[in-house]
Amino acid sequence: MKFLPRKMSLGAAALMLSVSSVSAYAADTIKVGVLHSLSGTMAISETTLKDTVLMLVEEQNKKGGLLGKKLEAVVVDPASNWPLFAEKARELIEKDKVDVVFGCWTSVSRKSVLPVFEELNGLLFYPVQYEGEESSKNVFYTGAAPNQQAVPAVDYLMNEVGVKRWVLAGTDYVYPRTTNKILEAYLKDKGVAAEDIMINYTPFGHSDWQSIVADIKKFGSAGKKTAVVSTINGDANVPFYKELGNQGLSAEDIPVVAFSVGEEELSGLDTAPLVGHLAAWNYFMSIEDDTNSEFISTWKKFIKNDKRVTNDPMEAHYIGFNMWAQAVEKAGTTDVSKVQEAIIGVTVPNLTGGYATMMPNHHITKPVLIGEIQEDGQFETVWQTTGTVVGDAWSDYLPGSKDLTADWMAPLSCGNYNVKTGKCSGQNY
Amino acid sequence: MRFTREAQWPLLTLLLTLFLMLGLSGPARAAGDLESALSELAKANFTRKSQLVDEIARLEDPRVSPVLTAFLDGALYQHKSSRAFVAFSGQDKGVNLLSGESIEGLKKRDFRKVAINNALRGKLRGIMAELQLRNPSLETRRTAAREMLKSQDAATLPLLKRAREKETDGDVRDLLAISIAQLNALHGEDDEIRIAAIRQLDGVLYPEVRVVLNKVAASVSAAEAKTGTVEAAAHEALKQIEGLISLNKTAENLYFGISLGSVLLLSAVGLAITFGVMGVINMAHGEMMMLGAYTTFVIQQAFPNAIDVSLFFAIPAAFLVAGGVGVLIERGIIRHLYGRPLETLLATFGISLVLQQAVRTIFSPLNQSVSTPSWMSGTLEINGALALTYNRLYIILFSLCVLAGLILLLKKTLFGLQMRAVTQNRRMASSMGIRTGWVDALTFGLGSGIAGVAGVALSQLTNVGPNLGQAYIIDSFMVVVFGGVGNLMGTFIGAMSLGIANKFLEPFAGAVLAKILILVFIILYIQKYPRGMFALKGRSAGD
Repeated sequence: MKFLPRKMSLGAAALMLSVSSVSAYAADTIKVGVLHSLSGTMAISETTLKDTVLMLVEEQNKKGGLLGKKLEAVVVDPASNWPLFAEKARELIEKDKVDVVFGCWTSVSRKSVLPVFEELNGLLFYPVQYEGEESSKNVFYTGAAPNQQAVPAVDYLMNEVGVKRWVLAGTDYVYPRTTNKILEAYLKDKGVAAEDIMINYTPFGHSDWQSIVADIKKFGSAGKKTAVVSTINGDANVPFYKELGNQGLSAEDIPVVAFSVGEEELSGLDTAPLVGHLAAWNYFMSIEDDTNSEFISTWKKFIKNDKRVTNDPMEAHYIGFNMWAQAVEKAGTTDVSKVQEAIIGVTVPNLTGGYATMMPNHHITKPVLIGEIQEDGQFETVWQTTGTVVGDAWSDYLPGSKDLTADWMAPLSCGNYNVKTGKCSGQNY
Repeated sequence: MRFTREAQWPLLTLLLTLFLMLGLSGPARAAGDLESALSELAKANFTRKSQLVDEIARLEDPRVSPVLTAFLDGALYQHKSSRAFVAFSGQDKGVNLLSGESIEGLKKRDFRKVAINNALRGKLRGIMAELQLRNPSLETRRTAAREMLKSQDAATLPLLKRAREKETDGDVRDLLAISIAQLNALHGEDDEIRIAAIRQLDGVLYPEVRVVLNKVAASVSAAEAKTGTVEAAAHEALKQIEGLISLNKTAENLYFGISLGSVLLLSAVGLAITFGVMGVINMAHGEMMMLGAYTTFVIQQAFPNAIDVSLFFAIPAAFLVAGGVGVLIERGIIRHLYGRPLETLLATFGISLVLQQAVRTIFSPLNQSVSTPSWMSGTLEINGALALTYNRLYIILFSLCVLAGLILLLKKTLFGLQMRAVTQNRRMASSMGIRTGWVDALTFGLGSGIAGVAGVALSQLTNVGPNLGQAYIIDSFMVVVFGGVGNLMGTFIGAMSLGIANKFLEPFAGAVLAKILILVFIILYIQKYPRGMFALKGRSAGD
């Protein structure tokens, strides 16, 4: 048994050598991890975000990098495979020693990497609108929480369009289910009767919408203004809108407001049947603003394609990246804990002519815009909030989370503090 | 100061007349003012735009109709420097709306679009319908009359009556009569007129009629309504209509089921050849459909001005592309793996991944936009409650044609005979002088080519993207196995029964549960009848 420790010490020495060589290398550059699927189902949406981060890194390097060092992007491909997201996240933090990760699209991929980021104390910027009900010390949510997208959209329909009957249609997974639960509670809170709400779920990639659209049509012929609030996920949208058009439901009769249809999705389909339908986002490519037009031209130059569009999650990465860069400068280091402290309160310009601030609950402030789809696949803004809205990690309309708040500043430093009992329930998210 | 009830009326009337007079004299623009109204329209916010549209509609100017049509179609643009208003009629063609001359060689980026929203569109459609009731074209009048059903405004009543008197076409007259009855039911002077109007609406299936009747009936519940009152008449008419609608609903469900069945049939019939006849577990079948859909996309890109006929070229092209790839796969890979189902499964699964990633690399991972030809959009309105969508109707017909063609090929041609001979007894066929390898390759190519043709149809229904195939592969196997392996009629009946069962379950169980129930049913069915509905019997059953 004597030889074993010697072998182990040899191994340890070799390991130390390799670690020191990595850290020596890491000292030259600041590493930015990119955790977006480049193959599989989600590649359609996530590839663009990978390119966005690469562009932001390149732009930052042109400005001289950060803390006198160049930035270096480390790209991995989790291939739309949720367990693989966790593995790749571990690889990024442990092996590649990245200082920050920009990544994930679906909620399930975020849930899958969450334990890894908390265990290894990593830093994740999550750029997509999501269902809320979460606040992790290690994650910064730069996409919209339900109160920054779904609830204002319903307000718009209720107050400006005069909608009295509601169809909540969604794909059957966590984001639509939670969002619809919040919306249902919100609508009932506003005095909408249960028979005026129709909730419908469909499987992923549902392509045969005939019966559902016929049901919506019937539901809408009761004499009250009806609207569809759609949390239908990416791919299933095209056949859905096609069927709406085919069955003769125009946006004037029954408008559909969608939370997952953006410029990028529209560029892949025949927009004729969609004109006039609505989408709620925090950014539209059509916004006339100097920062935005500069961002668009940089993007087109970077991707070498004049036809490519920009969208809301790209803006979220733009904001998240700039916030992180500013926090690193402020903290004078890329150390995760220091950056986590420094980033709260950081304010950077967004692309719609305003500013975004990182709040203590790790969500940011955003304006809410409602746009109508135009023939060219762009949105015409028809309504927007007067100021910005603070992202709410825990919904005020769900019984379980009404009393919860997230505040990652000392002395509270808790993601789910219960105001009534005065306790932090101890989970990290 | 208090008025008695009687004294209020004359005063109100006086006030109203005053307002009306003011209203008419105030904003009324002179005929030449279309120009000024338009330039204000380009800058105004949506609330102001709505008022401006009213003002423009009131102008006695022949240019009003084209201006409003262009605005409604989203084709109204203003030149950024010369401030001229142009209605675009194509990529670079348009008409100067004020001078009436047509212009070519325009660049969209020199123009700013006059923005429009839903509320405005709805309003414009109403205004246009009123204008178009006098249009010489029958089709336009019909659409306008259909649009007028939405009107619940008593002020349109005289206009409708005048239009109805002048109308020569029976259908349009009927539509106008319904509109008039609706308005009488809502605003009629006394109960007698209203009840008579409601009786007239009895049995009319347009959804708008139900909206009106619901509105009339809303104040009193069905049980409380006294006979002879307006509300009771409305409830009765509603009950009649609901009965008719539930009948139509069943017919509609059946149509939906058949159309889902035809999509299943199209996607499964190619597999019925490769898997059913040849016994190759072809996981790349879905990707053959994807190739067909992408062929449609490429053809539309190559001939952007011939969208209406593009599908007729896409069908043979897709057959050749997917069939060619099929032959290559068979010759390159599958022929080395006959008799080893597990390896075939893995190899074809690998091929499917390779094809998907190849498409991602060549075309980008984004979905591509395939346009629907104009003759495939819209609905065939049977009655107010039952409308069949044209695209589904064509796909049903198309799938039947494909099936019939395939059966003829198998039963009536030499190639079909050789194919059946090879799959039933390879050695015997070989000793009869049939080049079995060649027949295998062509059979696989035929199955793949038909999958490609199915892809053309799917491009009209769903996303054209790298994942298109994955969405249909499970369904295809389900249909072939359920219908009975190696039997085309089985595939047909299997596809139709699964489609119809799915659509009849959906209203009760929801889309998610309906799909699960169907899968559970198939699992149980296959337990009892492992060979599916139409099992081959005797020698041809092989083992």
